[in-house]
Amino acid sequence: MTDYGWPFLWIVGQSLALMIVLLVSLAFLLLADRKIWAAVQLRRGPNVVGAFGLLQSFADFLKFVFKEALIPSSANKAVYLLAPLITFTLAMAAWVVVPVADGWVIADINVGILYLFAISSLGVYGIIMGGWASNSKYPFLGGLRSAAQMVSYEVSIGFVIVTVLLTAGTLNLSGIVRAQEESIWYFIPHFPMFVVFFISALAETNRPPFDLPEAESELVAGYQVEYSSTPYLLFMIGEYLNIVLMCAMTTILFLGGWLPPLDVAPFNWLPGQFWFAFKVIAIFFMFAMVKAMVPRYRYDQLMRLGWKVFLPLSLAWVVITAAVLQYFDLAR
Amino acid sequence: MVLQALAFYFFAGIVIASAVMVISARNPVHSVLFLILAFFNSAGLFVLQGAELLAMTLVIVYVGAVAVLFLFVVMMLDINFTELRQGFRDNLHWGIAVGLLLIVELVIFLASWQFSGAIEETVVAKQPPVESGITNAEALGQIIYTKYVYFFQAAGIVLLIAMIGAIVLTLRQREGVKKQNIGAQVNRSVKESVELVDIKPGQGL
Repeated sequence: MTDYGWPFLWIVGQSLALMIVLLVSLAFLLLADRKIWAAVQLRRGPNVVGAFGLLQSFADFLKFVFKEALIPSSANKAVYLLAPLITFTLAMAAWVVVPVADGWVIADINVGILYLFAISSLGVYGIIMGGWASNSKYPFLGGLRSAAQMVSYEVSIGFVIVTVLLTAGTLNLSGIVRAQEESIWYFIPHFPMFVVFFISALAETNRPPFDLPEAESELVAGYQVEYSSTPYLLFMIGEYLNIVLMCAMTTILFLGGWLPPLDVAPFNWLPGQFWFAFKVIAIFFMFAMVKAMVPRYRYDQLMRLGWKVFLPLSLAWVVITAAVLQYFDLAR
Repeated sequence: MVLQALAFYFFAGIVIASAVMVISARNPVHSVLFLILAFFNSAGLFVLQGAELLAMTLVIVYVGAVAVLFLFVVMMLDINFTELRQGFRDNLHWGIAVGLLLIVELVIFLASWQFSGAIEETVVAKQPPVESGITNAEALGQIIYTKYVYFFQAAGIVLLIAMIGAIVLTLRQREGVKKQNIGAQVNRSVKESVELVDIKPGQGL
């Protein structure tokens, strides 16, 4: 009990705390997304449940949970129900390595950034399995689209991560933030990669303007067409968790994680958790604004952008970064 | 140690069970999904060995990319399962014969196998790189990109040639396909593409 029991209970407690904090903040981020979207379109957005509609997400949650879960008769039942579970579990599992402040991380593993990359690349399975198991045309087309899209943009995300790793000299996420503490936030030297990462993150999470897998004008809702009630809710939460995860990754890789913008009096009074959350929310605001302002891409343009623009650009940037680090002897 | 052993048998058990399901599942999509489960649990075995970089690479490359393409292709195959099973009985005796031949060859080969004495020093006695102070990302980097850099480059060139070959084989220009040419669109000027014409009422152009 003393060797394994207490550490085990400690980790379970930490994970539960993380889950609760994540899900509650997600409820408000979802509302923020809708409110920002509404504000751009000169609407009011949700404003009925609670003051300013603050409790709208919780009302939606209850509504989804108490509805009947329909399973299409020709669906492949096991895979059909597994798909939303996989999406949700993976989106949650990724968060264990995210350092919220100095030392505030559940699993401070050596290959943290690779773990994040691996888990986010697995996210495609939930979508493609859901699309296939529904045994219907629109979900299947949505699933296929999303598989091709996510695999394409993972490549450029991988190279962007490599440039950051080269500069930081470590695969550990806390180590990457500490490396930025000693030098400079990486969005300054790697600004083009910051932009590439941001756009690739939009594509990887199927956000507009890259929401082709669920393009409602042509595919109704893509892979989610046949889903209802709790399975749909799990897809929805998983998708938004992935979006917030991408915001957190941008924060850690480029915006100095939990570090205050300047290490002087008014800024460093606030704890690291505040700065981390602040940066994540700022990036999320940008995600929401992109959703509100940019029209949807055409599929061939999406593929062109991924393979013919981002891939050569990020590959060239890896070579340039490596050359500069080697030539000026900056490698850590 | 008990916990490690339990974790090992857990992962290994799932790997073997799902590997069996890969070849015995009726539905090819289920086969691929079990293959993914097998990959994922092999990554768990790597983590148990302290090779976390290999584990993550396995998940990223095989599960995240290769298996997705597998699944992609298998889902789009239009397979008639009853037709597939009809030929099974006719070819069964040939299948058994080939399988027996392979087993006999394997037994002959493995029976004559002898381990050299050097294996004690190189494989068994070698400490994992984690314990010697450097992470296994660094250890692998030193081996692949420093010690065997020319082999690495050679492998890269072979892969590049293979890639060019695949592209050449599949590249074909079809007639009559409308394609967007971004360069041409960007280079268009107002002068050559728009003409303002003053049309008088009642007349055409």
